Amino acid sequence: MTTITGSDTGSAAPARTATNLRTRRKVRKLLDKAGLALAVAVLLAPCLFVFFWMLSLSLKYDIDNTAWPPVFIPTQPTLDNFVHVFDESPMLLYFWNSIQVTGTATLAALLLGVPAGYGIAKARAHGLAALLLLSRMTPGLSYLIPLFTLFQMMGLIGTVWPIALTHMVITLPIVVWIMIGFFETLPQELEEAARIDGASLWQAFRYIALPLARPGIVVGAILSFIYSWNNFIFGAVFAGRTTRTMPVAVYNMLTFESFAWGPLAAAAIVVMLPVILLTIVIQREIVQGLAAGGVK
Amino acid sequence: MADTDIVATRADRPAGDRRLRPYLGFIWPALLVCTAVIIFPWLFTVWMSLNDWHIGSDRTFVGLENYIKLATDRRFLEAIGHTFYFTVLAVFLPLVLGTLSALVFHRKFRGRGFFRTLFIMPMMATPVAVSLVWTMMFHPQLGVLNYLMSLVGLPPSQWVFSTGTVIPSLVLVEIWLWTPFVMIIVLGGLASLPNEPYEAALIDGATQWQMFWNITYPLVLPFLVVAMIIRTIDALKAFETIWVISNGGPGTASETLNIYLYAQAFSYNQVGTASAVVVVFFAIIVALSLVLLWTRQKAKWA
Repeated sequence: MTTITGSDTGSAAPARTATNLRTRRKVRKLLDKAGLALAVAVLLAPCLFVFFWMLSLSLKYDIDNTAWPPVFIPTQPTLDNFVHVFDESPMLLYFWNSIQVTGTATLAALLLGVPAGYGIAKARAHGLAALLLLSRMTPGLSYLIPLFTLFQMMGLIGTVWPIALTHMVITLPIVVWIMIGFFETLPQELEEAARIDGASLWQAFRYIALPLARPGIVVGAILSFIYSWNNFIFGAVFAGRTTRTMPVAVYNMLTFESFAWGPLAAAAIVVMLPVILLTIVIQREIVQGLAAGGVK
Repeated sequence: MADTDIVATRADRPAGDRRLRPYLGFIWPALLVCTAVIIFPWLFTVWMSLNDWHIGSDRTFVGLENYIKLATDRRFLEAIGHTFYFTVLAVFLPLVLGTLSALVFHRKFRGRGFFRTLFIMPMMATPVAVSLVWTMMFHPQLGVLNYLMSLVGLPPSQWVFSTGTVIPSLVLVEIWLWTPFVMIIVLGGLASLPNEPYEAALIDGATQWQMFWNITYPLVLPFLVVAMIIRTIDALKAFETIWVISNGGPGTASETLNIYLYAQAFSYNQVGTASAVVVVFFAIIVALSLVLLWTRQKAKWA
């Protein structure tokens, strides 16, 4: 805008002014672009560096990992660290535990949370939605003392079920929250038409709203899967030797092998690989879903 | 907590009841589970906070004694201080950086979707695994961070191994993890902005900064407050990063309320004391959230 007012002085050489203006605009645009590229690079650098360093550590022998100055690009890349992780600990068992816990908690949350989200959205029961916020405010640890005592009395400690059950504290609010937002945006007319034709509320939900809500359900499922997978505290308290979830198993490695950096980094990658892959699959929906969920 | 409930529904109560009834069938299964896994622990905790109970020995009712003891427990009071110090930094810095990133990612450029995906990766990565990597990066002798510092001519730091730098170092991890979250919420706000004010401002010859400060900032403010509330709740509750990286140490220099709570409950098995800590902790979270909600209302009216 400043270029327009600044160069509008000489009427004697309009052609020259015009080219002048054009080059100036070009330079300005180029500078703008360079600035933007620089900003993106500066923002991404720390983010990428940590991931890069994790990858680098996992692919090097420990002699390189503890070298000074640090070796950034592995000179002799190796997969030994990954082999070590799977050899030294029953990683596959832990993986299966995590799948059981996260899978159960996510499925149960969908079963209960999708209808609940529908009901709350249709009835506009904002008070119930506020209850969800309350569950987010409660520190995770505070659920654990009572539930730990309860499960101990019931003799459930040492199986994966208490962990799966407590993970619903995480997954259920996420699913309900996302489904409320999703059902609120669905047009009312179709269900109303179905109701006039004699469908019950349940049928209207089952055959009209539910199929339309499939994208929302996918996002809710994946997000609750990610957050449940990543959760550490519940597993840390409830898990025995054979019921550890992945994050707990990795944390345990830290306490026992604090200087085996290669295997530690490899374990870190193994844990987060599933969620990273899922994130890539639904990145667009995450941006939309979280933005919507955060505002309501 | 009951207050927000009443405020939210008072206006449409008579109509709300009629609307709600047919849909109760959809809601009650979830409500039942919520009650079981959320409300039951609450009642239990409040009751236990009035008792002296060490797991393995007998329980005795002691009234408010647990709270009185906490009020004079230096370690507990220091934990509150650490929590606030940590929270202020871990809310403010991601908020500023997240807003800046949102402004950048709101621009249209080639590969935006791809770069944005890269940018939100940290908040999706498993926190324990991330903390593990940061632990290795923080190592004072062999850590890569001190090497990077030396490249730009800065002296090496003790990071999480010194009482003075441990909390700011932990905040660094928190910034890394949660700046994308703020970015996403603010990005949602930017996407909803109308175009007209900008066109009008351009015609009036406003500078970029004037446009940001007088148009973008006030319009995005409600979104910022939402991000701030959620971030505050999460920062107060931060656990994994601190637990894995510094474990509350050195000494108790980075022991926040959550870490103190864990120690009381699962290292010392003091269920009574731990329950009292939970009640105080929750009161702090709710109080701060209400203050922020109140500022949100003010921001709306202003």
